[in-house]
Amino acid sequence: MTPDLQSHPRLAVGCRLSENNQQRVLLMPERALRLNGPSLEIVERCDGKHTVQQIISELQQIYSKAEPKKVESDILDYLARLHDQRAIDFA
Amino acid sequence: MSTAISNPLALIAELTHRCPLHCVYCSNPLELKNRATELPTEIWARVFQEAAQLGVLQADLTGGEPLARTDIIELIRASRTAGLYVNLITSGMPLDEARLAKLIDAGLDHLQLSFQGAREETANEISGTKAHAQKLRVLDWLKQVRVAVTLNFVIHRGNIDQIEGMLALAESSSATRVEFANVQYYGWAFANRERLLPTRAQLNRSIETLKSAQERLRGKIRVEYVVPDYYAKYPKPCMGGWGRKLMLITPSGDALPCHAAQIIPGMKFENVKDRRLHEIWETSASFQKFRGQAWMQEPCKTCDRREQDFGGCRCQALLLTGDAAATDPVCSLAPTREKVDAILAAANKPVDAAILARPDWLYRSNPA
Repeated sequence: MTPDLQSHPRLAVGCRLSENNQQRVLLMPERALRLNGPSLEIVERCDGKHTVQQIISELQQIYSKAEPKKVESDILDYLARLHDQRAIDFA
Repeated sequence: MSTAISNPLALIAELTHRCPLHCVYCSNPLELKNRATELPTEIWARVFQEAAQLGVLQADLTGGEPLARTDIIELIRASRTAGLYVNLITSGMPLDEARLAKLIDAGLDHLQLSFQGAREETANEISGTKAHAQKLRVLDWLKQVRVAVTLNFVIHRGNIDQIEGMLALAESSSATRVEFANVQYYGWAFANRERLLPTRAQLNRSIETLKSAQERLRGKIRVEYVVPDYYAKYPKPCMGGWGRKLMLITPSGDALPCHAAQIIPGMKFENVKDRRLHEIWETSASFQKFRGQAWMQEPCKTCDRREQDFGGCRCQALLLTGDAAATDPVCSLAPTREKVDAILAAANKPVDAAILARPDWLYRSNPA
């Protein structure tokens, strides 16, 4: 699925951000994802307040040297993957 | 070869061997620990702290039935306070709505509810007790609370044809994950293997059903499954490799690299009452015994897959070949693969329906 740009992604029940050995991790049932750079920037904004569009705009500013279209498609792919893993919901 | 030791990612805390169920494939050892030898709350709390310091991310609170511990609320709070993600693997038996609320309030992240089948009569036969109706009640309560839910189904010859019913049960619940794990043949399951091992035709049908369910439920429920390794071409990377990712603590505090390790002759295991977790992980003889590759025999020793499956399962090698350091006999490259093929040939022969209808189970007992 392609996430709706106006929806508000948020961490699914049982999923939370944590830290271990100076490394940010997304903890979820039977799985943990190590987060760095863009993946961390995205997951930190899955707070139910940012829309998908806002996350894209903010990351396009942070990663202003990257091609904006590429930033957008990478974020949409990543959000879809997190959703398939039941790490986020779209409200 | 690099021998750098990575830190464990999960701590499997077998809080007790007491359990209201008597499942014929229980992963607990045949020699169960009794209540008097169980670790007290404060030692578990220290173990959770040491685990988090060692880099462990997840605590799997299991048993036996972890809810049989009267201090389960404190144990959940202690593992959450230590910074761990708290999984509870339960039959749902000693539970009511008020106690469930307390578990979640104490910091439970994820509850895994075990089912023995989709049909009540199958489930009750396998668990040797009338547990199924209570599990359905627990599923209803779980819809009212905020906690991640997984349904766990252990799959075998007697329930593998009920997978569609199991999926329907998961879809009617608040679960975001469902796990279909084929029985692994150690301990109680090894004793009941003839009655548990599915046929190849059953297995192939189940894989088709599960693959299409993964597609259909994408984004709703994560469907995960483990095939019986007797039918596999290569062995499983048992526990992610010996002493690489997981550490198991028995009810009395012995630290094991895997569930069944105590069956291996000549092994001595350290106890968390005497040693700190990081010492046991890094320097104990038991955790080093099959870590890395130095212990390997041919064909593992020079095999391209040795860093993928780490030679497979040591306990399975012992049970089927008599040598814990042998290549896992489920591997198609193992010199002893014929032993597994003979077991499969027997499982795929037509059997007397009357025998299957009244199997002579060895039920898991219960410790004092």
